[in-house]
Amino acid sequence: MLLGAANAFLVSGFLSDWAYAGSTEIQWKNFASWLIIGGLVFTGFALLWTLVDLIRVPPSRGPRLVAFVLLFGAFLLGIVDELVHAKDAWASMPEALILSGVAAVLAIAATAIASAAPGGGRALT
Amino acid sequence: MNTKPVKTISLLGLLIAAPLALGALAQEADLPQYGPDPKLPAPYRGLLPTMKIANPAAWDDRRPQAAQGYIVRAIATDLKIPRQTLVLPNGDILVAEGRGGADPTLTPKDFIAGIIKAKGVTHVESGNRLTLLQDRDGDGSYKEQTVFADHLNAPYGLALVGDQLYVANQDALVRFDYRDGQTRASGPPVKLTDLPSFMNHHWTKALAASADGRFLYVGIGSNSNITERGMLAEVDRAQIWEVDAKTGAHRAFATGTRNPTALAIQPGTGQLWAIANERDEIGPDLVPDYLTSVKDGGFYGWPYSYWGQNVDTRVHPQDPQKVAAAIRPDYSLGSHVAALGVAFSAPSMGGRFAEGVFVGEHGSWNRQTPSGYKVVFVPFSNGRPSGPPVDFLDGFMGDDGKTRGRPVGVTVDGRGALIVADDLSNTIWRVTAAKP
Repeated sequence: MLLGAANAFLVSGFLSDWAYAGSTEIQWKNFASWLIIGGLVFTGFALLWTLVDLIRVPPSRGPRLVAFVLLFGAFLLGIVDELVHAKDAWASMPEALILSGVAAVLAIAATAIASAAPGGGRALT
Repeated sequence: MNTKPVKTISLLGLLIAAPLALGALAQEADLPQYGPDPKLPAPYRGLLPTMKIANPAAWDDRRPQAAQGYIVRAIATDLKIPRQTLVLPNGDILVAEGRGGADPTLTPKDFIAGIIKAKGVTHVESGNRLTLLQDRDGDGSYKEQTVFADHLNAPYGLALVGDQLYVANQDALVRFDYRDGQTRASGPPVKLTDLPSFMNHHWTKALAASADGRFLYVGIGSNSNITERGMLAEVDRAQIWEVDAKTGAHRAFATGTRNPTALAIQPGTGQLWAIANERDEIGPDLVPDYLTSVKDGGFYGWPYSYWGQNVDTRVHPQDPQKVAAAIRPDYSLGSHVAALGVAFSAPSMGGRFAEGVFVGEHGSWNRQTPSGYKVVFVPFSNGRPSGPPVDFLDGFMGDDGKTRGRPVGVTVDGRGALIVADDLSNTIWRVTAAKP
């Protein structure tokens, strides 16, 4: 559930950035800024849960560790992305679009790996 | 299986570390940025904007420091955010008090920056009134203080033409009847024209009357730093209007002036001059705020370019034709000084301050080494700026890093005094030559 929400926010953020890049309509950039905040909140909680899961459920940690690291990457990129969005108007382009895209891909990859992982990740997906 | 994530982390580390390291390199060169030809470095902005917000403190026993041979005294305190003043023919002083602005919180940045910047300003409630200061016995102490008019909407610019007192509220230009010696408005004001106020980021409406009194010039600031609220928000913004005093009809007299915070008519020539605050967040030495004579129909660059043809790439789409048409302002006051008041001097100010303009500088936020926080004098000769600015009233920011006042409007009293409004300590200062 947490990962699902994080993915939804991050993907929407990327799509909003894309819409801004295509239209220069500033409202898309405003949407993206808030959507990435939403993504950060859910990614942050998902990270916490993943960590607890890693510690508490010992067998076959490998895939879940990968999911954790990917998710951590998405989180850090999201923070940088949010700061880049705070640059006024077009100054955030094209970095914002790239960062949003990579963060969304990392989060989706983490979700895919976590949901396929044996023993853990059920609470997240 | 573990190599990939490790790689991701180091890449992330680089991504984060690089801009921060660059941020440390963004040194402030303290370039000589005064006059007609300021040095402009390349635009730069790190991952976070540079912010150094005033750290307010009480004056207690301290006072601002006037230029040698001049003394300063507080003639009114505990006002409700004084911004601009007007010296009436009989020597009474009108003070416009209030806080305006209607900034929508559109982004997380708006939300956070709002909280941070609020630390550097007063928290007194908006006066929304005009206070009249009187000095009946002429000893310079202004003991009588009355409310001339209230229930206004963030009044800022003031101008007197004959028996009409014009007040630029943040949303409308209004007028009162005024008789010599009057201490209270005879009724509510009459609206001459609405002013752009749908959204009001740079809300202050500067005001000056033409020498013949037929026209009023109104300075209207932009609704953003650099179009980050969209171009629709900038309709009728970043302009100086010429308003017909009889009918209220207006036309854009000049455009592209990002935030024209004060206007003044040059004695003798009748030429309109303006000070304007330029854009932020492209470095400590960009972009200089300026003083300029205003050309009818002139375009001064915002948002497409600054200081003539220096393109601002944050604006998208660009407009090369507008960039080509952009006028270079006459005189740089330095970057981020936040000039908010301008007044032509008079021979009664004496000596080296007889010919030129005074400029009130509210002070910077987007700069590690603060700039502004003082009143400077720009000397003129033959009707043009003729040298670097001279500090006239300083000490608003103390050696201890605390800020005790922030100058806004400056007005010359023909009897030989400069009136300075201070919207942090809510004080009116009066600077005069020391008696020999």
